[in-house]
Amino acid sequence: MTPDLVGGLESPDYASHDRAAHEPYTPVFTGAVKHELDELLTHYPTKMAALLPALWIVQRERGWVSEEGMVEVAGFLELTPAYVKGVVTFYTMYHQHPVGKYFIQVCTTSPCGICGAEDVVKALLRHTNAGELGITSQDGRFTVIEVECLGACGFATPVMVNEEFIESMTPEKVPELLARLP
Amino acid sequence: MVDAKIVNLTIEGRSVSVPEGTTILEAAKTAGILIPHYCYHPGLPIAGVCRMCLVEVEKAPKLAPSCATTVAEGQVVRVHSEKSLDARKGVLEMLLINHPLDCPICDQSGECELQDYTYQEGRNDSRYREPKRFNPAEDFGGDVIYVPNRCILCTRCVRFMDDVAHEPTLNVSERGDRALIGKFEGKDMTHPWAANVVDLCPVGALLSKDFLNKARAWELDRTASICPNCTQGCNVIMETRENQVVRMRPRPNENVNAFFMCDWGRLNYRWMNEKSRAEHPMVRGKNGLVATNWEAAISAAARVLNGKKAFIAASPMLSNESLFLLTQLMQAGGGSGTFRVTEGEEAPLPGVEDLALRRERAANVYGAEKLGFKKTKDLLGGLGQGDVLVIAGEDLAGIDASAVARAGDVIVISSVLPEAAGKASVVLPIANFSEEEGTVTNLRGRVQRFTQARQAPGETRPSWLVLGDLLGAMGKQANFFLPSEVFAKLATSNPSFAGLSYDSLGFRGLPLVDAPPTGPKAPIAVAAR
Amino acid sequence: MGYPHHPHPRETTVLSKHFGEADARTLDGWKKRGGYKALEKALGMQPVDIVNVVKESGLRGRGGAGFPTGLKWSFMKPGDGKPHYLCCNADESEPGTFKDRELMRWTPHALVEGCAIGAYAIGAETAYVYIRGEFTEPLHWMEQAVKEAYAAGIIGKNAMGTGKRIDVHVHRGAGAYICGEETALMESLEGRRGNPRIKPPFPAVSGVFGKPTTINNVETLIAAAPILMNGGDWYKKMSLSNPKSTGTKLFSVCGNVQRPGTYEVVMGFPFKEFLYDLCGGPLHGRKFKAVIPGGASVPIQTMEEAEGTLMDYEGFVAGGSMLGSGGVIVIDDAQPMVTVIARLARFFAHESCGQCTQCREGTAWTTKIVERIRDGEGTIEDLDTLLDIAEQMTGKTICVLSDSCAVPVVSGIKKFRGEFEALIQGRRFHPVTAAVA
Repeated sequence: MTPDLVGGLESPDYASHDRAAHEPYTPVFTGAVKHELDELLTHYPTKMAALLPALWIVQRERGWVSEEGMVEVAGFLELTPAYVKGVVTFYTMYHQHPVGKYFIQVCTTSPCGICGAEDVVKALLRHTNAGELGITSQDGRFTVIEVECLGACGFATPVMVNEEFIESMTPEKVPELLARLP
Repeated sequence: MVDAKIVNLTIEGRSVSVPEGTTILEAAKTAGILIPHYCYHPGLPIAGVCRMCLVEVEKAPKLAPSCATTVAEGQVVRVHSEKSLDARKGVLEMLLINHPLDCPICDQSGECELQDYTYQEGRNDSRYREPKRFNPAEDFGGDVIYVPNRCILCTRCVRFMDDVAHEPTLNVSERGDRALIGKFEGKDMTHPWAANVVDLCPVGALLSKDFLNKARAWELDRTASICPNCTQGCNVIMETRENQVVRMRPRPNENVNAFFMCDWGRLNYRWMNEKSRAEHPMVRGKNGLVATNWEAAISAAARVLNGKKAFIAASPMLSNESLFLLTQLMQAGGGSGTFRVTEGEEAPLPGVEDLALRRERAANVYGAEKLGFKKTKDLLGGLGQGDVLVIAGEDLAGIDASAVARAGDVIVISSVLPEAAGKASVVLPIANFSEEEGTVTNLRGRVQRFTQARQAPGETRPSWLVLGDLLGAMGKQANFFLPSEVFAKLATSNPSFAGLSYDSLGFRGLPLVDAPPTGPKAPIAVAAR
Repeated sequence: MGYPHHPHPRETTVLSKHFGEADARTLDGWKKRGGYKALEKALGMQPVDIVNVVKESGLRGRGGAGFPTGLKWSFMKPGDGKPHYLCCNADESEPGTFKDRELMRWTPHALVEGCAIGAYAIGAETAYVYIRGEFTEPLHWMEQAVKEAYAAGIIGKNAMGTGKRIDVHVHRGAGAYICGEETALMESLEGRRGNPRIKPPFPAVSGVFGKPTTINNVETLIAAAPILMNGGDWYKKMSLSNPKSTGTKLFSVCGNVQRPGTYEVVMGFPFKEFLYDLCGGPLHGRKFKAVIPGGASVPIQTMEEAEGTLMDYEGFVAGGSMLGSGGVIVIDDAQPMVTVIARLARFFAHESCGQCTQCREGTAWTTKIVERIRDGEGTIEDLDTLLDIAEQMTGKTICVLSDSCAVPVVSGIKKFRGEFEALIQGRRFHPVTAAVA
């Protein structure tokens, strides 16, 4: 664990995302965000190359990547929505539907599996009241999923809460983690 | 490719010499060896993903995908060695583990490459004991239905839409064993060439809505023909079941349509099955038109025409042979000929040079013009008072009977009796495009043969036969027994057709002597990006 | 150093020297530690001379394949009139491997420097660092380091005032193990699905954006700086066993071991001492049962094999496995092997891109069978089927993900067949020793 980092990274305002899911889509790439995309485009010789970063921006701004979001990105990058959707569905980190305010990913691949990751998952499901993997808790706060190797095997069990990476999670530390989430 | 270096290799014990850069799979074809494959298609970029075409190359550590491996001098390739067969058996078993094995209800059955290769070299049984994955069938819009459970993810359809249609409408969605072909909600397969994905699909995953449940593959009779629906002249296979045209599919011709045809042409075949036809030769008597025999009708028509000026309203659907014989009729009395053509929007297939659904929607516009018929919007505008109007294949749609009134007499040589031709004194019923043999000339001046796909109804006869007999009865011309004889006569009479014959045309066609030297090229298979 | 633990005296810390020093992450801190001296030196050299130094050092790719780095760099033909690209593979996703994560989160400037040196050496003006999407913290530090380096004129239009252009861009992945495969990474970077490409053409001929490209692992690129500063000979001499394996290597250790972490040792270090001495041996009351020494894709070693192994490219092969990415997964006697293997198979099935038939179907089929055996529903024929599927999955696909899934299954059945048979015969797995305090 690196204490100087916990909470040090900016997490997007996921609270607004629930609203976004029910409201008419408003374009993401306007004003400063459009400038951000324009700057990104200078990094690559093709527009298509900015697709993954552009989708990240949509997810940061809206909490998930809706079909309207895909259409918007497709328009800016001169792609078809079908193409964009093919890419979105390939990568596991783009949410194709709204998720809880805190999206919790637990690594359960073998190295963590042999260090008790399953127990961490169970504890998270119990304490968040999500109950089931991939299901958002009734209060809209938590979605817990199992993910493949998070690349921190020596710090079993790593857990990601939104953009925050937490090492060495144990079932015992779960209540403490949840308690500090606003 | 004239200067390409020739590479010599051995495939299955046979010596093969091919230009440098040829793939093993294509080289094997030249030696008559078909290497089983799914994802490879000569009209699409190479994907190399189905792993079916793995062959053993001597001295190589691993089996090579023959679709993506180019030939090398002295290479020794084994297609049917134990190692290659074992690998293909493995692929076939894996392709079937999640497959529903529903051949009895599958439209593709009988023309399915998964079936064919499994019978040829697959396992007798499967070792798969787990639940099969399931995804519901989906309407892709246009003429296309997707049945994901039968899909083998060869991605031919995706590559066609991306790299040939230049409109990425399909994608591979998800990944791993969850992968399936997907599209975007609301963006349908409405591209004018989209239905080619159905032909490209080697299995029963992409199906034509139009053809759905119409026939089992083995019930079809297949005929080499030309799509009559525009001036491009795409080479097709016309498929009939019980004398009904039920499907048209593209027949490869790298000079015309590569491997493709447009949706409009493909689906526009029902008129060939038209039920209300002129089926008997008729001559006008006291009580109107009455059926008679061919001899009487031909002589009646000859009498009407003899010494008169004939004005011929022809259809650009007629063959070169029939149009040529019509010009003989014209010349007999110093008459003239005209035709009109239905127009629509041009719809190119961007991935193939000079291939489009053309604006002019008839097969033989170029041929008609070449043979001296005048293209006009006002079909009967040139009809002189007292002329004999010969309606040849024209339906006179939208033309008022009063326009016909100017004619001194009317002869109908058509498959359907047009309403406006009410005062016709002779009706000679002829076969339609699907019922006779002949040639048409496409917009680039390429002459192409089409053959008879279905039996003509009643006493209907082929147009070239009727016209030949008519000229014979008028004493202008020896009768013909075969359309090839008419064509031979055409070739000696018209310098544009000089030197051409049915034999030299074959089923790939040849350009007219004075045709501009152009033609589409097959999209060149390139390595994956 | 064995981060998060204090450096072990038997480690040789070249790349991991500054792990745990928060100050090393900043430009000033990095400069204080001698940072960017190597880049300065490099920019004063001819690219071909840099390549020669790296060739002489014997440095081999640290991502898994072990291809000689200098040779790879020499494939990039100068003056071919085409733009060249350098890709840094920071998509570290191999289960058991987390060394690049530590390198980037503690010494991000080392990677910026390594990228700049590498780019210059291969005639590239642009380097892309492709970081896996889950690495939010390394991404943060890398983005900050790149920003600092641009602001200080170290990289950019006029790198270190030499008039040479070197751009470094950080590109975030979005959750796909396969993007660690070099051609899949390039596809992904271009904005496509991460499908590996057919080779040839190789990246040096047609890589990212269809242009000549070199792709190197994080650790490989970072190693270039000390090699340039100290000379190829210095690096080459760091070798305890086979002269073909030179320098130091980071090993990330995880699983059932006292001190998991990232350790840096000279190539050829005895594996037994590494496991028992540096990593502290098994957990209390437990015994080691097996080791997967190079990330999930390499064959499982029994302890007899592991204990006789010397830690370099050739040593691991001699020990029945491979060095791979240096991700050491230690499994003790409390772990049922079938469960471990089932979970690995599931990983590969989840991560298969799905292009090739054998991989798409084989990884999923394998998973279903192994999980069925794990759940006590297996038959003895399943073992033969598994081995046969594994054979079909080996050497027949575009990339080696399929092979990687077959590896633990085959080595698992071969080396721990008893555990499979016991489950098939209805006997549940019982840990060998019960004496856990």
